[in-house]
Amino acid sequence: MGKTRRRRLPPLLRQLTDDPTGRGVAAQSGRSAAIRPRNAKDTADKVVDSVCPYCAVGCGQKLYVKDEKVVHVEGDPDSPVSRGRLCPRGSSTPSLINSPTRVTTVRYRPPNATEWQDLDLDTAVDMIADRVIDTRRRTWQDRRHSDNAMLRRTLGFAHLGGATLDNEENYLLKKLFSAAGAVAIENQARI
Amino acid sequence: MAECHPVGFQWVMEAKERGAKVFHVDPRFTRTSAVADEHLGIRVGTDIVFLGALINHVLQNGLEFREYVENYTNAATLVREDFVDADDLGGVFSGWDPESGTYDQQSWGYDGMDVRAPAGSPFKKDAVDDPQEGDDAQTSSGEQSHGAHGADVGDPDELKTDPTLQHPRCVFQVLKRHFARYTPDMVERVCGIGPDQFARIADAITENSGREKTTCFIYSVGWTHHTTGTQYIRAASILQLLLGNMGRPGGGIMALRGHASIQGSTDIPTLYNLLPGYLPMPSAAPPGEDDLAAYIESNEPEGGFWGNARDYTVSLMKAWWGEHATAANDYGFGYLPRITGDHSIYPTIMGMHEGEVEGFFVMGENPTVGSANSKLHRMGMANLKWLVVRDLQMIESATFWKDGPEIETGELRTEEIGTEVFFLPAATHAEKSGTFTNTHRLLQWRHQAVEPPDDCRSELHFTYHLGKRIREKLAASTDERDRPLLELTWDYPTHGPTEDPSGEAVLKEISGYTVADGKAVGGYRELKDDGTTASGCWIYSGSYADEVNQTARRTPNTTGDIASPAPEWGWAWPLNRRVLYNRASADPAGKPWSERKKLIWWDEEQERWTGLDIPDFAGDMRPDYVPEKGAKAEWALRGDDPFVMQADGKGWLYAPSGLLDGPMPNHYEPHESTAQNLVHPGVQASPTRQIEEREDNRSNPEPTEDGHAVYPFQVMTFRIAEHHTAGGMSRFLPHMAELAPDPYAEVSPELAELRGLQHGEWATLVSARTAIEARVMVTDRIRPHVIGGRQVHTIGLPYHWGPNGLAVGDSANDLLPIVMDRNTHISEFKASTCDIVPGRRPRGADLEPFVQAYRDRAGSPGRPITPVEPGRTPEHHGADQRPIPPEELDRPLAGTDPHGPPKDYGTTEHPPLGRGREPDWTPPEESA
Repeated sequence: MGKTRRRRLPPLLRQLTDDPTGRGVAAQSGRSAAIRPRNAKDTADKVVDSVCPYCAVGCGQKLYVKDEKVVHVEGDPDSPVSRGRLCPRGSSTPSLINSPTRVTTVRYRPPNATEWQDLDLDTAVDMIADRVIDTRRRTWQDRRHSDNAMLRRTLGFAHLGGATLDNEENYLLKKLFSAAGAVAIENQARI
Repeated sequence: MAECHPVGFQWVMEAKERGAKVFHVDPRFTRTSAVADEHLGIRVGTDIVFLGALINHVLQNGLEFREYVENYTNAATLVREDFVDADDLGGVFSGWDPESGTYDQQSWGYDGMDVRAPAGSPFKKDAVDDPQEGDDAQTSSGEQSHGAHGADVGDPDELKTDPTLQHPRCVFQVLKRHFARYTPDMVERVCGIGPDQFARIADAITENSGREKTTCFIYSVGWTHHTTGTQYIRAASILQLLLGNMGRPGGGIMALRGHASIQGSTDIPTLYNLLPGYLPMPSAAPPGEDDLAAYIESNEPEGGFWGNARDYTVSLMKAWWGEHATAANDYGFGYLPRITGDHSIYPTIMGMHEGEVEGFFVMGENPTVGSANSKLHRMGMANLKWLVVRDLQMIESATFWKDGPEIETGELRTEEIGTEVFFLPAATHAEKSGTFTNTHRLLQWRHQAVEPPDDCRSELHFTYHLGKRIREKLAASTDERDRPLLELTWDYPTHGPTEDPSGEAVLKEISGYTVADGKAVGGYRELKDDGTTASGCWIYSGSYADEVNQTARRTPNTTGDIASPAPEWGWAWPLNRRVLYNRASADPAGKPWSERKKLIWWDEEQERWTGLDIPDFAGDMRPDYVPEKGAKAEWALRGDDPFVMQADGKGWLYAPSGLLDGPMPNHYEPHESTAQNLVHPGVQASPTRQIEEREDNRSNPEPTEDGHAVYPFQVMTFRIAEHHTAGGMSRFLPHMAELAPDPYAEVSPELAELRGLQHGEWATLVSARTAIEARVMVTDRIRPHVIGGRQVHTIGLPYHWGPNGLAVGDSANDLLPIVMDRNTHISEFKASTCDIVPGRRPRGADLEPFVQAYRDRAGSPGRPITPVEPGRTPEHHGADQRPIPPEELDRPLAGTDPHGPPKDYGTTEHPPLGRGREPDWTPPEESA
């Protein structure tokens, strides 16, 4: 109340002079004048254009980044797809990114082990490369016996997943695994 | 839609505000029904009867859009004399071979059609004799045989037609006879939708179609998750073609897809049977028949855009193998591995059981929760040599060896599982840049917001570096088998300390470039078959036109008309076109059917097509253009042939080829159903359905079998707004977990009374596969139907849960069998049977005997059948007595549902919903 009293003009006069609709300064208290929207651009270091990672509607997202951390998400009002809206899933994006249960280091379980172990990322990629090469060699099929048809493939290793990945990622996966001779490359499209 | 795609649903509400009528056809009353004009509570698995009756209504009453049908569909084409409809053969079409369980499709063809067999097509049983493979070419999917384009129909001049649509063998008359048995009476008896309600929707659809108006169908996995799923979509296509609702604004059949880029992962397929852009993966063929020329011969029809298949294929090979792809080596076509049947995920899982598959990459998918009969997946994965899981959270597919359900039951012991498991943490969508393709083919670029933490990397990073490492290790190899890997174009610019590859560089390769100067091409029309162009996916060609990332454009719609497609927001394939087959939006002379529904039209003065969208054919093709003999691809079609991906340019009311289960949709009950097939009493379920017959994938008995009463209820899985698919991106987040903490089963008050189920308490659901537990939600949202004089009950079961994360519980998919639509290898998630009883399921080693007791009662031949008496809990359910921790007992369900006393459901006609009707229950989302 005290803050309100410090204003030069009472609300009605403020409306008559500066705010004909009565929705701006005329309705403002000292407290509400000081409130900043939590998505105000000046509270974030940057706002990045993104797209919701959940379903396939493709809602536009504005990701608010402060100190290299996603601190907030808003629907992108410019998006002709979503017009600024997000559903409960899309709104949970910051907690998806910053989840305390998210696993951020490589975990490795040797055969028959009962617990996870730590493993260096580079070593993991190297070990996986070895396993691909080994499995591929041992399970290779050159030709079909009955008609000598060329197969040039392996059924020894398979891939699953892709509907949550980027097009560019799926492209490299299909390209690499096909070149390696794998045919059992699949994603969520059949579920 | 309001539940699973809530933000997309705003456009339905926008249309409703403007006067559109919204009908919601769903076995369950959902958030969509709540705001629809009318909800039609259809019985699970009967949509072909419903859609068939709508088709019949149109045909019997002459309500088709005659000019559209005559000019733009294959209605006039004559079918072969030896084709016999299922009506005359007791429920199967001509060509049925009961021994192999497959069709010989020759008799389905057009009269005069050249039945030349494409490579790997069902006509040619290319692998059946091979003991090494044991695969049957009949498992080939439609796409596998023909890309997405259907078969070559041969020379159109050879086909016989009757433009008056009177000839008894013309498609129009064949269709009319076929659908005659799908009457409103049949709809009431089979679907449980009364004649008044059917009349209202039939009138609304037909009155809202024609020159001035269009009607739209929206569907999702509620249609595809059936053994007859493909034919559901076919039925809707036939109706929409008859009513002239395809290729026009406000029309179409819209698939709502569930993952951010599931459309993209189909376009650039991580799918066994496709190459990028719906080119078929080559099938194994004898020497001399497996070169590029033979592949093109099989997959490049004379007419339509598939007539350029060689351009697309050679450009793809150039993108993959660069300078090593030359005319001399067939552009590296021989480097591609060959398929010999069904290599989809389910046979692959079986391959793990058999030891044939020893390594497995899982990236951003959670099959041990999300796939049918998920136990089979866990058991298969426990038999692998190595497994790589990439995800954000520690999902069930990475931990089954440690704490999966089979560890609890003792069926697996951690120390005995030899699978070596690598869990590699992934980057979120905010920690990498790239494109998603959303459900309406729109590519939208995401900019990277932050760096991924610790070891988290994008799949782009992982795949690139894995490929680099493999190539380094093989660098000295002279083995012929390693050449495709070593000659692969794999040099992408990287940046930063982690050497992150550039997504834009990959997108440019996908879009395409001219080989000589590396300049981006403008689109697929510029692709060549002589090795001078490269493009990783022809339908995405142009997404990097003018060296500009077209998918990153963000020009909002400023026209003031909310219906404007905002053409400079993102980039839609192909060539930023927003309505496919938009030639159909104008009449044969090139004039819009109406001012209200105009989209593109022929401008006689400029001698060009113009309008609000980009024409999906040559902009200077006159509407009266008639191709000369020998014309190729799009120029082999007439100026009034709108369906430019079809070899004949026509919309197919009847599919003479390309489907494995019939040229027209026919109703069969689900593999596991509560009712007998009243349409074709002799054939209960789809005769071509693909069943994985194994001890650990047992089916529940059919309704005609005595043991059916052991699993007397229909169960359908579904999704809710608060969770995402198999839960990896939602069950681990606190407020999502709080919104929907427990798995639950929706049951009607009648079923609750029948089985003594208490709202908010636990219930156990049992099938021949396993038993799971869920909270009971007693609700009017799900209602029994009266079918064949019996009340049949359906249980709704959301499937998002698993043992890991914050919101934990049993996985609904454990309950289901693997049984598939042979066209697509999609399992029947939406219809199976089970029993439901009060109380929690048995724990540990007690679970399997409990399930086995049910199997015993369901019986094998000669064993006594002891059905459950209504209202009684089977005595096997001793686990009910186990103490339950008090904190679990007190845990409330996500919202409560105070239902009134059971109602009299003597009629299956549901009261219409309108403004005057007050709901007699509180939706849980409002009270939560």
